Amino acid sequence: MKKYQLGEFEEVVILTIGVLYRDAYGVSIKKEIESRLSRNVSMGALHTALVRLEDKGYIKSFDGEATEERAGRPKKYFQITALGKRAMEHTKDTRNELWSAIPKVALGLKIVNS
Amino acid sequence: MKKNSPPKNFLRFFRWFCHPKLRDHIEGDLMELYEERKVKSGRRKADLKFIVDVLFLFRPGIIRPTEGYKNLNNYGMFKSYFKIGWRNLLRNKGYSLINIGGLAIGMMVAILTGLWIWHEYSYDKYFANYDHLAQVAETGISQRDGGRYVGTTMTYPLSTELIDRYPQHFQRIARVSWNIDCILSSDNLNQSAKGLYVGDAFPEMLTFKMIQGTRAGLANMNSILVSESLAKSFFGSTEILNRTVRINNKVDVTITGVYEDFPLNTEFAEMRFFAPWSLFLSQNKWIEQRALTDWRNHFLRIFVQINPTAAFESVNSKVKNALHFDPADANDAIASKKELYLYPMRRWHLYPASYRSDFYPPVKMIQLVGAIGLFVLLLACINFMNLSTARSEKRAKEVGIRKTVGSVRMQLVNQFFSESFLIVCISFVLSLIFTLLFLPLFNDIAGKQIVIPWANLWFWSASFGFILFTSAIAGSYPALYLSSFNPIKALKGSFRVGRLASLPRKVLVVFQFSISVMLIISTAVVYQQIQFAKNRPVGYDRNGLIMIRKKSGDFDGKYEALRNELKNTGMVYEVSESMGPVTEVYSGNSGWDWKGRDPNIDKDFATLAVSHMHGKTAGWQFIEGRDFDLTTANDSSSLIINESAAKFMGLKNPIGELVSWTWWMDKRVLNYKIVGVIKDMVMDSPYEPVAPTMFYLKGLNGKPSWINIKIHPQHSASEALPKIEFIFKKIVPTVPFEYKFADEEYSRKFDKEERIGNLASVFAVLAIFISCLGLLGLASFVAERRTKEIGVRKVLGASVTNLWRMLSKEFVLLIVISCGIASLPAYYVLQNWLLRFKYHTEISVWIFILTILGAVAITLLTVSYQAIKVALMNPVNSLRSE
Repeated sequence: MKKYQLGEFEEVVILTIGVLYRDAYGVSIKKEIESRLSRNVSMGALHTALVRLEDKGYIKSFDGEATEERAGRPKKYFQITALGKRAMEHTKDTRNELWSAIPKVALGLKIVNS
Repeated sequence: MKKNSPPKNFLRFFRWFCHPKLRDHIEGDLMELYEERKVKSGRRKADLKFIVDVLFLFRPGIIRPTEGYKNLNNYGMFKSYFKIGWRNLLRNKGYSLINIGGLAIGMMVAILTGLWIWHEYSYDKYFANYDHLAQVAETGISQRDGGRYVGTTMTYPLSTELIDRYPQHFQRIARVSWNIDCILSSDNLNQSAKGLYVGDAFPEMLTFKMIQGTRAGLANMNSILVSESLAKSFFGSTEILNRTVRINNKVDVTITGVYEDFPLNTEFAEMRFFAPWSLFLSQNKWIEQRALTDWRNHFLRIFVQINPTAAFESVNSKVKNALHFDPADANDAIASKKELYLYPMRRWHLYPASYRSDFYPPVKMIQLVGAIGLFVLLLACINFMNLSTARSEKRAKEVGIRKTVGSVRMQLVNQFFSESFLIVCISFVLSLIFTLLFLPLFNDIAGKQIVIPWANLWFWSASFGFILFTSAIAGSYPALYLSSFNPIKALKGSFRVGRLASLPRKVLVVFQFSISVMLIISTAVVYQQIQFAKNRPVGYDRNGLIMIRKKSGDFDGKYEALRNELKNTGMVYEVSESMGPVTEVYSGNSGWDWKGRDPNIDKDFATLAVSHMHGKTAGWQFIEGRDFDLTTANDSSSLIINESAAKFMGLKNPIGELVSWTWWMDKRVLNYKIVGVIKDMVMDSPYEPVAPTMFYLKGLNGKPSWINIKIHPQHSASEALPKIEFIFKKIVPTVPFEYKFADEEYSRKFDKEERIGNLASVFAVLAIFISCLGLLGLASFVAERRTKEIGVRKVLGASVTNLWRMLSKEFVLLIVISCGIASLPAYYVLQNWLLRFKYHTEISVWIFILTILGAVAITLLTVSYQAIKVALMNPVNSLRSE
């Protein structure tokens, strides 16, 4: 359904937010994705995704404390909303459906080079 | 460890493009990463990665939108602004009153001048064909002084040329006579009325609004169209059509139409009747006899209406060749570059055709009055600015709190603008009331009839624009100044405006007073000039001299009888006739020759044909020779000249000199002998030197049309007039008795200047008043602010005088500076104005001195009250700390 559109990167981000639970903010999300998926994440892409997710209503933010390293700027922590959870589940279900619809033969095929 | 930050420029770049909502935490993230990377890979790598990050952040989701993104609750904010503004006003009633009062007066002046200018521009718009009507005129370069002139009196053959050869360019053409002042009579009633003889197409051209009858009413030669007011005065409001009136007791005409009176702001406002051109022709046989093909005889006007789609310039160029010149004038025409010019109606009022050196085209008046209006408004706005900013310290805390709570500077600016807007609205209402009250007086002074056009939509939209404009100007400086306060300093309470902050205020005060002083000086000089011209020796005695114009032929043959009867009353000293009134120069002629004349100069002498006894009637003062004498046989070839003529002709012994005159029309030569020289009489403009004038006994063309009566000095006019009227009614009963007093006519020459003087003085008074209001407010505020200081001084032993001097000194210095600044431009401008009059006074130093003294006195008065009040205060009260 169009209602639950979730891009690939956005899905990754929102899952990471779920992983980090109450500890999800810009830098931590970036580090988590980089360590788990071994892919480089740029700040631009990440924050754009965060903004888009928040606009769609899948995540919400709350302010944290400011620290010395951040030159006095506060951290913005993210949390998944109920709508976000539904979106994630919908995606997960759709993927699973597609997986289970694949005939066993296609998956079991081995390509042999001879 | 010293903390080094990421590349500054990129940081700045980031801060600029990033959406403010996201900026803080993204920046925080960037900084956190930067610190980590710095530790991990060294500074350079961290910098590089930072730059990369910033660049990659430059994408649509993060960049700030160009428009405002804050959804402010605008309605609520403005409501609160007005509420707070209103409470502020109420809390400081004194200052508010000064503010609103000053602004209201300034706006009133602006409104009056605006209405005046609008009125000037509305001339002749009454006519539906306004954009397509023009008068056929001749334009050229004057050989006397190189200026361009426009002459509107045309020749008959030009009109035939236009009608016969160029009809396709014009929708309508009409010949029109010059203004005719004659007597209309019906039954027993006779009145004098001004009117015109016009071609048939004229009523249609000018879209007469016919109340009775039609515009085609002039088809019949013996018909006439009359104005509504004329019809009413003759016949009441009964049936008017087809009644007859008699013109000048000679011709009977039938009324074939009644038209609505033209309003005052039109060219033909005074015309109360229109008669057909064919009638004019039949009354003036000389036209058909001599003038039909004479390209030298200028005596009529030609009006045209161009086609609806045509433009004046193109039609002008197409009909240029209609203008021909008599061979005798050909050289002169080429030298003066004379050519045909269609003088459009929209220029009639603002750029009049008559060209005289002391004549003020309405355009100049409009500019002058507009400038004054604008300046006075500026004064009032400056007042407002001054008072608002002076009292700004009181609102510093409020501004501080607002900023702390999160107000953006724009919001504060809006707030103060709305407060100004509120004050300006209130002032506007007040100024409308003032205008209503002041309008009758203003109309008197300006000689107009201006009304406030309540019903006009333009007026209200212009007023609204005016309010916005004024609040923008008046509110700009306070708004910007007040919103720039540093909240920390303001809240700490140690907020004191530095010495430099009062500088702009002082500049404004100086500016205000400079303008006021300039206005005062101008007024004084204008009055001085008028007085000077009035005091000029006139050369004859104007008291008790009455002039009566012979409007119709009824006077023919009755002059001697009139004169005898009048002298028999014993009230009349002497009676005479003349071709023109003593207060004007009606005719001039060239072609004079005398011994020793420079052959290259053919000077135009003013000429007046008079009857015997004119010398005694007008009170000529003889320098040499004698008056005309009835008994001398050859006196018909005697000539009396005035001083200037004698001087110009360079004759040592003028008496007995022979002078000849060649009449240009038929080259007839007349010989005269000078028998007397009189003192110069100011007949024309009192600002010009007297023209050399010749007086002789018989005119060549026409009969004397003015009767001059000198009342015996022993009797008053009120005694003599009824007797004179009685005689007139006896001898010429069909003529309404109308007369003019020579001294009244003479004083009318000063009308224009007096009007300017009056206007200037009114505006000067208002300007000074506004400036003083401002000064009052400022002084009271300054005094209030320095209460503590004054308390301390008093304790230390200062006397009241010392304190007063200290407080006033500042202001007096400002005033003296502004007087100095104002004097030079004023002197320059006024000197230029005076030089336009050949006969003018010198600007006396006393004016400047008195003005300065006066300004200082007014300032002291205004400031002293406040200064003394504060100086008298008990220092205990002022020093007690709360």
